[in-house]
Order: sequence, then C-alpha cells, then structure tokens
Amino acid sequence: MAEPSPEVSFPKGGPGDPRVPPGGGSRRPRILGGDASQRNVWIAVASTVIFFGFLTIVIVRSPGWPEVKQSFFNGQEFKESFPLILRKFVRNIQIFCVAEVMVLAFALFLAVLRSLPGPVFTPLRILSGAYTDLFRGIPTILVIFLLGYGMPALNLQGIPDSDFFWAIFALVLVYSAYVAEVYRAGIQSIHGSQTAAARSLGLSRWQSMRYVILPQAVRRVIPPLLNDFIGLQKDSALVAFLGVTEGFQQATIIQQSDFNFTPFVALALVYIVFTIPQARLVDRMIARDQRRRQAGATL
Amino acid sequence: MTESVRIEALQKSFDDLAVLKGIDLVVQKHEVVCLIGASGSGKSTLLRCIDLLEPIDAGRISIDGIDITARGTDHDAVRRRIGIVFQSFNLFPHMTVLQNVALAPVKVLKQSRDRAAERSRELLERFGLADKADEYPDRLSGGQQQRVAIVRALAMDPDVLLLDEITSALDPELVAEVLDVIRELAAQGMTMVIATHEMAFARDVAHRVCFLDDGRILEEGPPDRIFSEPTNERTRRFLDRIIAAGRM
Repeated sequence: MAEPSPEVSFPKGGPGDPRVPPGGGSRRPRILGGDASQRNVWIAVASTVIFFGFLTIVIVRSPGWPEVKQSFFNGQEFKESFPLILRKFVRNIQIFCVAEVMVLAFALFLAVLRSLPGPVFTPLRILSGAYTDLFRGIPTILVIFLLGYGMPALNLQGIPDSDFFWAIFALVLVYSAYVAEVYRAGIQSIHGSQTAAARSLGLSRWQSMRYVILPQAVRRVIPPLLNDFIGLQKDSALVAFLGVTEGFQQATIIQQSDFNFTPFVALALVYIVFTIPQARLVDRMIARDQRRRQAGATL
Repeated sequence: MTESVRIEALQKSFDDLAVLKGIDLVVQKHEVVCLIGASGSGKSTLLRCIDLLEPIDAGRISIDGIDITARGTDHDAVRRRIGIVFQSFNLFPHMTVLQNVALAPVKVLKQSRDRAAERSRELLERFGLADKADEYPDRLSGGQQQRVAIVRALAMDPDVLLLDEITSALDPELVAEVLDVIRELAAQGMTMVIATHEMAFARDVAHRVCFLDDGRILEEGPPDRIFSEPTNERTRRFLDRIIAAGRM
C-alpha cells in the first residue's frame, strides 16, 4: 500500500514569487552524462544497448523463464483481459476524481482551521490536529473496511449503503489528513511579514488568509499535492475489497477463472500509464520551482 | 496645533528581553518625527506597537485623543487609519502592482473595484509608477517596490504614516528616489514617524528628532540642535560613530 509523504517542508525565505524571470536554462538531471560531445553520446548509446541486451538474454535464457512468461506475460491472456480491465478502470477514475475534488476542499478547511491564530481558536486547532494525527496513523484499508462494512451494517435510516459511496468517503477521510498537512506546510512557508503587511492595511485575519496567504501557499504546494493524489489513485484499488467492481476486482475475477496472473500485469500497466505522466509533471513543477527560487535569490 | 499620536509610558518586552522601557512621545498633526539610534534600540518595535502589530505590556497609545490600546478596541479599524511601510517592502508577490494598491481599498474600505483601480492609478501616476501598474513586484527595482509599498499605504488615506527604515534594504543609488517621495509627502503635511539611519535625510525632513537608546528616548529636539549640539553623552557618541562611518 503506498503511503504518501506525510510532511512536506519548504525552504523559507525568498519572495516566493509566481513569475519566473527570463533565462535560467533547464536543470533537469541528464541521463546521458554531463558532457554532450558526440563521442560520449555514442559511448552512452552503445553501453546502454549492450547492457540491456545482455540483461535481456540472461533473463530470457534463465531456467524458470518460460513458466514466468506463461504466468505473467501471456499474450493471449493479455489481449483478452486488457479491454475488460480498462472498462472497469473507469470506475477507479470516477472514484479518485470525485475523491480528489472533495479532498482539495476538505483538506483546505482542515488546514485553515489549524492555522487560525489566537487563543480563542485553540479547540478548533486541537480538533484539526487530532484529526490529521488519527487518519494519518490508521491504515487506509482499515478505514475502508470500517466504513464500507460497518456503516451499512448499522441499518440506520438515512445512511447510504452504497459501497461506492463509502469507498469514496473513506478515501476522502484518509487523504484529507495528508493533504491538510501539505496545505499547512504551505501556509507556514509564507513569511510572517506578509501577514503583517496585510493586517497593517486593515484587512481582518480572515481577509489576510483569504487574499494574501492562501493564494501564495496553494501555489507553492501544488507539486506535493499532486504527489499525494498519485497515492490516492493507486489506493483506489483498495476499494475492490468492498466489492466495488473496479479494475482490481475485475483482474482478480479473471485471474481466478484462468489461473493466470497476466490480468494483474495488465492492470499494473494501466496504473503506470496513468501515473507516470503525473509524476513527470510533478518533477517539472519542482524543477521550475527551484529555478524560480534560485532566480529569486539573486535578486 | 492638534495632537495626532500620544504615547505614554510604553513598555514592551519579548520574553525576557525588554525592548521598550517607558517611551513618552507626542506627535502633532502634520509633524514629521524622526527616530534615530543604533540597531536594536527599539525604533522598529515602537512603530510596530503604534500600528498594533505587537501587543504592548504597559502604557498607552492614543490616536486623535482616543486610546487605541484600551480593551475592546477594533484593531482593524485602528490599522485602517495608520499606514506603515516596512524595510523589506512586503509587497504581495502574487498580485500586480495595481492589485497590491487596490486590495485594501476594495476589501476594507468597500470601494467599488473601478473606483479603487482609478484612484490607485492616480496615486501610482503621482509617484511616477503609472507604467508599472500591471507589472508584478519582482519585476521592479527595490526603489520602485518601496515606492509601491508607500503608495499602497497611502491608498488607505492614513492619518499617520509610519516608516520603518524604508531605505535600509536598498542599494545606495536607489535611496534617493524613495526619500524624495517622503520629502514630497512631508511638504504636503502628512503626519509621519520615521525610523531611519539616513541622518542627512532626517536633518532635512524632520521637524523633530528623537534619539532612542536601549528602549528609551534619551534626547529629542529640532534636528539642527540634536545634530550640531547634542546634550546627551550617548547621543554625541552615536553621532560621532555615524560621522566616522561617513554616513553624515
């Protein structure tokens, strides 16, 4: 089960500016060594081809390979199961899209509660803090079971018994705790002088938060936020345990009838195709952020 | 003359560190008072206390005869009438210059967007920043940013303007453009309390200079007297050091 990063901290200082000055080239780590001369490129290509070629031969010629291939990488099985799994994966997409929207709002609410200054708000801060501690400490699967089986079993009026509903509910509860911490880190990374400037103009606490602090904080936390969302998307597979027919459930059904694990590999592929572009996007945003900070430091 | 700011026996500590040890100061309307003194003497803290950005431990501060440190005072309402400009500008980086200036008039004074924008543009124009209205702060030089911060404070039509070492973070060649703005404001009769290290400027613009040392006002008077014949030994030593450093 993938647990998202619990705490994200940001280097303080720097004007946290949203605009990037021109210049400042790409700083993405290069896979092909630092020196871009023609010769080095050829050496890199050749060594890569030889290395992976060798690796492939070793794997394919190793004694158990035919069995592994038959069980995990069966072409026929893949062709048959993939469209079925893909169709059910739409359910996962529904689950995590709805959950993400709700997490965005609920987590922001929690973070703002916890960031309220002044002694009057102590109970609210305690409440919000306890919430995040609680739900970051409980395994997601446990929350899903508790709510998904427990709540409908109460047979209370007005409580929905849809497993789809409780699946989303559980994911929102758990992931809001993580994302609230991300938001809070963002809020705390905005220097106190911004609040002072806002308050000195006569803005109220809430107005300072709403117009000055939050817009800057949210912009800063978009990369770690996306990171947590990748975790949420993967955890949408846990919903299968409630009997929601989604990708994982479908793959399990096929596996149990065919005694072949290729459907799981097919599902893994779907997840990877889905999450890798997002991971790259996060990388790019972090790199951009870093450039911005470096540019800010030279000002 | 009528009174603008009255400070009586003001005390302020941070934990165990006493920063202000009994400040008495009266600022008249249209008066420009400069606070001088070494770093750590309490100048900035005094200004922050006047704007209620720091809670005070003892004493009283009144604006136009009304005690603003009394219980139940609406702090937001007080700050609305007091402008403060900080050493590090503190512009809002996610907003354009115009948005920076118009934010408080719209949200606090409830002016219409159009009206606030129009007035903000007028103010920016007056201080030579009209062409920067739609830029983001980090595209501006330090001097321009500080002028925007001044305009932002002025957009609230404050009764008093507090300036907290507003040129200390600027490159030397950018200091003059900011000080010129303050001179203009002084000429128009703006009531100002200015914490500064720029002695020549203080001598030039202030009606009265207060020398702060270790949380107390040790000496105050017209700039000519303070700078040429200080009576307090510590004032004299401070000014000697400033002159030796070539700052005057």
